[in-house]
Amino acid sequence: MSNEQKSKFDLSVLWNGIIKENPIFVLLLGMCPTLGTTSSAINGLGMGLATTFVLLCSNMVVSSVKNLIPDQVRIPAYIVIIATFVTMVQMSMEAFVPALYESLGLFIPLIVVNCIVLGRAESFAAKNNIAMSALDGLGMGLGFTFALTLLGSVRELLGTGKLFNFSIFPEEFGSLIFVLAPGAFIALGYLIAIVNKMRKA
Amino acid sequence: MEYILIFIAAVFVNNIVLSQFLGICPFLGVSKKVETAAGMGAAVTFVLTIATIVTFLIQKYVLDPFGLGYMQTISFILVIASLVQMVEIMLKKVSPALYQALGVFLPLITTNCAILGVAIVVIQKDFNLLQSVVYAISTAIGFALAMVIFAGIRERLSLTLIPEGVKGTPIALITAGILAMAFMGFSGIV
Repeated sequence: MSNEQKSKFDLSVLWNGIIKENPIFVLLLGMCPTLGTTSSAINGLGMGLATTFVLLCSNMVVSSVKNLIPDQVRIPAYIVIIATFVTMVQMSMEAFVPALYESLGLFIPLIVVNCIVLGRAESFAAKNNIAMSALDGLGMGLGFTFALTLLGSVRELLGTGKLFNFSIFPEEFGSLIFVLAPGAFIALGYLIAIVNKMRKA
Repeated sequence: MEYILIFIAAVFVNNIVLSQFLGICPFLGVSKKVETAAGMGAAVTFVLTIATIVTFLIQKYVLDPFGLGYMQTISFILVIASLVQMVEIMLKKVSPALYQALGVFLPLITTNCAILGVAIVVIQKDFNLLQSVVYAISTAIGFALAMVIFAGIRERLSLTLIPEGVKGTPIALITAGILAMAFMGFSGIV
């Protein structure tokens, strides 16, 4: 983990979250929304972007108030900051994209207990300045979005023969199991195996 | 009869881990041994039941009368976090034996999304207090059941020859997928 103090503006932090320390494929954090919301590519993308917004904002706020919060109560304070942004996301999604809000359902409020958000606040934002924390939040969020969209695409393609709702091959050749619960576990298992192989090579 | 239906639906048909994808982190994280899996299951049962009762009362007697529905996420997570702390302190004082058994798992439970998930689902489904308690207990039993079965399989798995490429997390996820497939067999019951 590269959590040491970074003083100057450094774009490698952004790439770090997307590729080198991808929260899903490498750090294995935040498994619940990963498996629960990726029945289609568009759901995965929506969930990823919602989490990215929360990560970016909470990282910036945590980093800017880090010297005001006493050490003993920092975790509850971080949770309140995160929960505030989650509530904002929840209300705006309900207003502007009701269909997506409906299909993601319970997993929007559950961004609060996503280990990635609290984990980055504690291990990165609490030690670095606002610009770096914003970059880290953005990078981690985009990495998360990338992983969710990839998993969603694989499941949607294998399950229904579609990709972002465009037909790639006829639906009767798809196997429905990939859209259902077991397919989520199996598809993610093989994706992680492939990523591990690529990282070693 | 209604309560039995809630029980069967929550334990087998809509198993919290294998079909609703809540509580995956402890499911993958502390399922290497059957004993630790059972300990985690017991701790979750304990906290989930208390947390559901408390958050239900807060929703009905604080948030609803004052029209503060939008504060749900913030208030629930704070209540759960402080509740877990309180349970830990009380358990240490009242029953050191139980604390010895569950102690290590308690801090982990705050970030277990099953707790917050069930607290919100109970409100969404418009259950009354007794239904909520039954739902919470049965969900927790379903969680413990999935944990123990999965830990048993993983204990066996560590003794077998696994292809190099899927060692570690991938094989655990694929096993969980097959387990979820087995649980899909219950889907016609209720």
